[in-house]
Amino acid sequence: MSLKLSQQLYDELRAHGEETYPHECCGIMLGKTSEDGLHVASLVRAGNTRTDSAHNRYHIAPQELIKAQREGRKTGHDIVGFYHSHPDHPAQWSPTDFAEAHWFGCSYVITAVEKGKAQITNSFLLTGTGEDDKAFTNQHITVE
Amino acid sequence: MEIHIPTPLRTYTDKKETVSVDGATVAEGLAALVAAHPAMQQHLYTAEGKLRSFVNVYLNDDDVRYLPGKEETAVSATDELTIIPSIAGGTPSAGCCCR
Repeated sequence: MSLKLSQQLYDELRAHGEETYPHECCGIMLGKTSEDGLHVASLVRAGNTRTDSAHNRYHIAPQELIKAQREGRKTGHDIVGFYHSHPDHPAQWSPTDFAEAHWFGCSYVITAVEKGKAQITNSFLLTGTGEDDKAFTNQHITVE
Repeated sequence: MEIHIPTPLRTYTDKKETVSVDGATVAEGLAALVAAHPAMQQHLYTAEGKLRSFVNVYLNDDDVRYLPGKEETAVSATDELTIIPSIAGGTPSAGCCCR
């Protein structure tokens, strides 16, 4: 199941990571799930509540998630994933990312930002049914 | 009262985004949700019956954990509960140890 998004949205989420460098950016992806993938319709930029360690941690306030979910409901969209950046670190999920991942069936997009410039962007689908069998699976990104 | 279900848990509510339940308190509403959709139990609660640490429950715009009555807070039929798992992460603190 691939992640599908427009070039504009792809550029937008990568640019967000450059703007917040050297801190991590984070955001919510709204869209729809179909048999052929997760289709992103819009992005919601979120503030990183981890001001104590924003260079290597991110946390999205539940209130922002609820607000995004409400907005999505108006347009027939759901939360289909999240994105964040790894300043000066590879675009690979970390043990922290894995431990804090609970949105099964959703995409976790990570952009490596090196010296302020977005590099590789990868997506990982959280699979499994619960904390005991969850796993991150590499997910192809289709930029349409 | 209506309970809004997040995307990953709709698998256990027959794909329903919203479930209507009866209950006089937050706890009763959640209990009614689990009674109607038993598979929700293990995703919301620990084996000890406590709400999982990463499961946030909001009564309208308020985090139930910070309400004086917590889960025993009284609710009305027009209130909305929202279940929202937390989202967080970050890079390793030193070097890359990604698996």
